Amino acid sequence: MTDVGIVCALPDRNAAAEVSQYQDPIVIRQILLTARTIAIVGLSSNALRPSNFVGFYLQRHGYRIVPVNPREKEALGQPAFASLSDVPFPVDVVDVFRAPQFVPEVAKEAVKIGAKALWLQFGVISPEGARIARDGGLQVVVDRCMKVEHARNLGRMHWLGFNTGVVGAQRASTL
Amino acid sequence: MTEIDPRAFGFDTRAVHAGQRPDPYTGARAVPIFQTTSYVFEDAESAAAYFNLQEYGNTYTRIMNPTVATFEERVGNLEGGAGGVAFASGLAAQAAAFFTMLVPGDHVVASSALYGGSVTQLKHLSRKLSLELTFVDPDSIDAWKDALRENTKLLYGETIGNPGGNVLDIQAVADVAHGIGAPLMIDNTFATPYLCRPIEFGADIVVHSATKFIGGHGTSIGGVVVEGGTFDWSNGRYPIVSDPSLAYHGLAFHDTFGMYGYLMKLRAESLRDLGGCLSPFNAFLFLLGLETLPLRMDRHVENALGVARFLQQHPAVERVRYPGLPDSPYAPLVAKYLPKGAGAVFAFDLAGGREAGQRFIQSLQLWSHLANVGDAKSLVIHPASTTHRQLNDDELAAAGISAGTIRLSVGLETLDDLVWDLERGLAAAAGSRVNGVAEVVA
Repeated sequence: MTDVGIVCALPDRNAAAEVSQYQDPIVIRQILLTARTIAIVGLSSNALRPSNFVGFYLQRHGYRIVPVNPREKEALGQPAFASLSDVPFPVDVVDVFRAPQFVPEVAKEAVKIGAKALWLQFGVISPEGARIARDGGLQVVVDRCMKVEHARNLGRMHWLGFNTGVVGAQRASTL
Repeated sequence: MTEIDPRAFGFDTRAVHAGQRPDPYTGARAVPIFQTTSYVFEDAESAAAYFNLQEYGNTYTRIMNPTVATFEERVGNLEGGAGGVAFASGLAAQAAAFFTMLVPGDHVVASSALYGGSVTQLKHLSRKLSLELTFVDPDSIDAWKDALRENTKLLYGETIGNPGGNVLDIQAVADVAHGIGAPLMIDNTFATPYLCRPIEFGADIVVHSATKFIGGHGTSIGGVVVEGGTFDWSNGRYPIVSDPSLAYHGLAFHDTFGMYGYLMKLRAESLRDLGGCLSPFNAFLFLLGLETLPLRMDRHVENALGVARFLQQHPAVERVRYPGLPDSPYAPLVAKYLPKGAGAVFAFDLAGGREAGQRFIQSLQLWSHLANVGDAKSLVIHPASTTHRQLNDDELAAAGISAGTIRLSVGLETLDDLVWDLERGLAAAAGSRVNGVAEVVA
């Protein structure tokens, strides 16, 4: 089970400089604000796994969650697909909870199915996978947690005293 | 949705804004005081999600409160950390920081120049919770190294020590800690994040008594813990942080919340179980304090330096232990860690012992004789006749205090007035009676 559940493992700080080009706050906000359907590659049906935490949260906030995991029949009440190519409807974001060596294959599939964005969770650092997706015309985010970024930018992360880094004089959102 | 430009705002901007967006329902510009114990759930599913920590939601003010959260995020932001968790006092914050990461049998290495209340807390905790404890001379990096054991789980120092004004070489001690996979915790109360941000130099946890300069007006007791978010709690030495939690159905905090895992555990377990939560009203007063922190600290430092220089040239003063003086042995460390100033709390030694100290205190008109620091008002205390009264001269010496030691917390008054008052006190200490302004040397 090393290929799932690495959502919020600490980022490899040495690789951080290389991936920082894929951490643009404006791109992150654009994806969060425009996405409707999110395929989560490596989504576990175990409610204690980080991938389930993230999927549960995003589903709660109105996104359609599509489990992609050959070892699951369903997760979060949605039927699971063995691969991205098996998903019979358009996917906006491919959110990846797999070990970095599997990411290039996932990225190629994401390009093939016409996804708009590839999102690699905390610790899922694959510069090669990121390049494949970027060259395929996708927006790319690397080494960021989709739940954290949603909660930071649009949600309630500040309710628990976390440093969201969001500073502004407009009214807060009510998500 | 307004697009947010991800600008790196300055410290003063963040001291005023961080942690707060105007209230979405009312538009209230000031931080509202949410004086409520509890929060109505939208529905049963939301309630379950909050209690399972699957969603960021308010349940009960012992664990979270929107006014307190604004304060927590603001301090977390100013310190450059992943966030903060506030407590009813600085000592409650410190105890909870320990409680979250330490188990019986763990070893803690701490600076001998920590605030006295911290030393006492550590001594009591070590006995009651079977922790091993070593106090070291904070100025000696070798002493920190030599104290390490296989079970050393935490190194703990203070930015500016007490009463010697020891400035800690934070980066060097952080390297020592990280060499054995342990975090460095720093009490940054005397510096505030305006003067020093220990996380920038490698510290992992920062604790504050917000009672002092953060509040700044002597109105409220409170504390806060900030964590940097970069320490690897899953390095195998901290199963209490990384292993599945019995209190949350097997949830593994560090695996699930990553860089926020320690803070989440600090809140969801330690604050929840120990119960020392900060009152929303106190958080509101601390937020007002933070808005003017940069302005106040500049003035505190300016006045402290002025007072220290005056004392240094006075014949009734044996020694001034302000690290901000150019001839302080800590000057190089001040240049590195405290370039905006070495704070406004320091001690000096009066010639003449206990009686001189008492006469000095009694003849002051403007300086308040009390046991606190970090107020807008200038404060003074004579440890030998108050906080350390039970100690004999030998025991005082071991604590770095002489019979004539006076501790000052320099406030925001007119510097000439502060010096004028001290001059009267020093004259009294030296033996000449001062009964009123008529005898004061102008």
